[in-house]
Amino acid sequence: MNDLHTELKLSIIEQLNLEEFSVEDIDNNDPLFGDGLGLDSIDALELIVLLEKDYGIKLTDPDQGKEIFSSINQMASFIEAHRTK
Amino acid sequence: MEKGIAITGMGIISALGEGVETNLQALLSGNTGLSFPEILNTRHKHLPVGEIKLTNPALAAQLALPELHNFTRAALLGAVAVREALKMAGLQENDLQHTGFISGTSVGGIDFTERYYKEFQQKPEYRKFIQAQHPGFTSTQIADHFRLGGYRTTISTACSSSANAIMLGAKLIKHGKLKRVVVGGTDCLSKFTLNGFNSLMILSSDFCKPFDEDRNGLNLGEGAGYLVLEADDVLDGKPVLARISGYANANDAFHQTASSENGEGAFLAMKNAMISAKLNASEISAVHAHGTATKNNDLSESTALNRVFGDSVPDFRSTKAFTGHTLAAAGGLEAVFSILSLQNNLTFPNLIFVTPIKETGLIPVVHLKEKVLTHVLSNSFGFGGNCSSLIFSKNE
Amino acid sequence: MSNKIYINGISSISAQPQEVFLGVDPVEYSTNIIPAISPDYKAFIPARSLRRMSKVVKMGISAARTALLDASVPMPNAIITGTGEGCKQDTELFLEALLRQEEALLSPTAFIQSTHNTVGGQIALYLKCTGYNSTYSQVSASVEAALIDGMMQFLEHPEYKSVLVGGVDEVSKTISSFLYLDKQLKQEEVSNLQLFKEHSEGSITSEGAHFFSLSSERSSSTYATLQAVTVFQASNAEAVEAEMIQFLVDNEMPVAKLDLVILGNNGDSRFDYFYAHLQEEVLNETAQIAYKHLVGDYNTVSGYALWLACSIFRMGKTSSIFKLNKKEVQSPKSILIYNQYLGRDHSFILLKSI
Repeated sequence: MNDLHTELKLSIIEQLNLEEFSVEDIDNNDPLFGDGLGLDSIDALELIVLLEKDYGIKLTDPDQGKEIFSSINQMASFIEAHRTK
Repeated sequence: MEKGIAITGMGIISALGEGVETNLQALLSGNTGLSFPEILNTRHKHLPVGEIKLTNPALAAQLALPELHNFTRAALLGAVAVREALKMAGLQENDLQHTGFISGTSVGGIDFTERYYKEFQQKPEYRKFIQAQHPGFTSTQIADHFRLGGYRTTISTACSSSANAIMLGAKLIKHGKLKRVVVGGTDCLSKFTLNGFNSLMILSSDFCKPFDEDRNGLNLGEGAGYLVLEADDVLDGKPVLARISGYANANDAFHQTASSENGEGAFLAMKNAMISAKLNASEISAVHAHGTATKNNDLSESTALNRVFGDSVPDFRSTKAFTGHTLAAAGGLEAVFSILSLQNNLTFPNLIFVTPIKETGLIPVVHLKEKVLTHVLSNSFGFGGNCSSLIFSKNE
Repeated sequence: MSNKIYINGISSISAQPQEVFLGVDPVEYSTNIIPAISPDYKAFIPARSLRRMSKVVKMGISAARTALLDASVPMPNAIITGTGEGCKQDTELFLEALLRQEEALLSPTAFIQSTHNTVGGQIALYLKCTGYNSTYSQVSASVEAALIDGMMQFLEHPEYKSVLVGGVDEVSKTISSFLYLDKQLKQEEVSNLQLFKEHSEGSITSEGAHFFSLSSERSSSTYATLQAVTVFQASNAEAVEAEMIQFLVDNEMPVAKLDLVILGNNGDSRFDYFYAHLQEEVLNETAQIAYKHLVGDYNTVSGYALWLACSIFRMGKTSSIFKLNKKEVQSPKSILIYNQYLGRDHSFILLKSI
């Protein structure tokens, strides 16, 4: 597990107030929405803000989030490929 | 059918202009009131809005307010519309003493809160606006200005607020609690709401396209719309503009901000409004849709229209591409538009429509249409799952 | 068919433990902004949902559930909420981010939950209740407005069995502190228990949630009948007195037969004369109690007065901590609640025992 993965888990837990979760509880391949962490469409909007704030990636269509936020692995590779900071 | 509650006055101010006649002319000409922010001090100058191009001092001057008044923008807009409604109904000073005031607003005077938030501590002269943030403050300013002495309250159910205010007024008259009541709502543009909807990624940077497959979000607007309702036994031969013959309020109980796929709340509101009016679906001549032009609302509302009306959905249109979405005021504005429709037997066009929504295939009225109208159903839906439908009928 | 309206379930979240009215020592506070005592919200709301909720939503849902449980109502026909100042914590969060970040990079959660109908909507969502749902926000007459609409629901829909009505308000860090600046709060910090001994401008504030399950049918859990509610504007104490007398006449309740009055005295030297006038004149012979020295003053605090009235009907008595005069009353048959704030939005609520 590299730093970006852990960093993402920590920011997600903090940003989305997932108090009952710790970094160890989230597997890199776990689905973040639906059955996994149980996130919803409001969380998806929060994650879009997180991408822009922390990594300088601006999404304009909330639908793009569905693919990108499917798991920590997906999110991390999208960030690696597109980050501007 | 139910005879309904008499409407004897109406008043409006919107991005289309000030006054009922100006708004009617704009609707007839098919010219949108949408533009870009000039008065609202925001960095999002690229987002279209339905802004009324009158500054607060200009509005205050029109109302002849004293220099040190406490009116925020929503109160100013509201007072302009209420003044017109009272004048049209010809209410006298002794009538006003017992006239109620039921007003809807979502953010009240938050435009002043955001302006002075950091200055309240240092500047005592701004502190009279500390309470302006809360909805009751706006209603109090308006009611006091016109010395409306009857029951006064404020409804804040987001974008269905003024529809619910109209509904409450009708109930208060129906059950004999009031003889006269001014009902409607007001909301102004603010950085708070513009940025809020922007953070939800549901604002379009184009002029909005209600009910179009390629719609990509809403435009915010501002305005105020009010009606005067009177009990039949105090009408005294006064002309009746139209009647409120039915109403219903339901909750979608699905999500804090999104509407359900099957449009349950909207379906229940429309269906129960028809039951309350004792009307069949086939008797509704036209629907004034909520139609905000978000992906979610328009699909959900279209689905509900199909569920309520089956294969014979009546003529319908959204006027959001004329005025923008005026939030709590929408039900008030669109009540005035629905009454204008009935009075003139005209269905106003749903601007900027090209392609029907794939899932439902519904096509709104796209050109001004002349057809005898008897009953117009008007929808207002909001955050928190709040869905309300009103039925306006000719006074026959 | 009887057109009586019964209160069959009640709940209260306030700055005091509920047992105060039975004589348990009240909590003394030394600040003018007092937090409510939180119940264990996890008992009412799933952890997954709790993570985003501000206190007003947590209090609202918990109180709503408690009142429905108390009345054994699984699903009300309608939900009507009063809130004078709505979701201040989330409004503050979003507004401060907007100002700090100059309209950039704003996260939506706080905005979504900033609308005044958030609590009413969340209760509906939680119960999956698709019935009538409305929210009133008229300063200190917000609960009363909700009650007026609630009572009318039974006229509109004679088939309705249950309408959930309540009021909720919360304090927030900055917006509540503004109340010092425009003198809604006393400038010096005071002890709540000494509130009526302070002769100064302003009051103390707090937060809370009170819900009531109204019904057209009497049940084993019925506390009282809700006779009438009225809201009015009055510029002087004589006008309030005239309004009260008319209200009592309209409801066939002679002043002499009124057993108990619950008054909204809040220690504000500018406005307590509205109460004093009634106390010294027309209600001089009536037992008088007050409550804002225990739970503070806020826009929906008359929910506490209504909860207190129901509790007194149930227990037949109250603790001396509430008493304003020496008149004793055992097992009152009728209670009148009077409230106003800053001389505006006056209200009466009349209740009778069953």
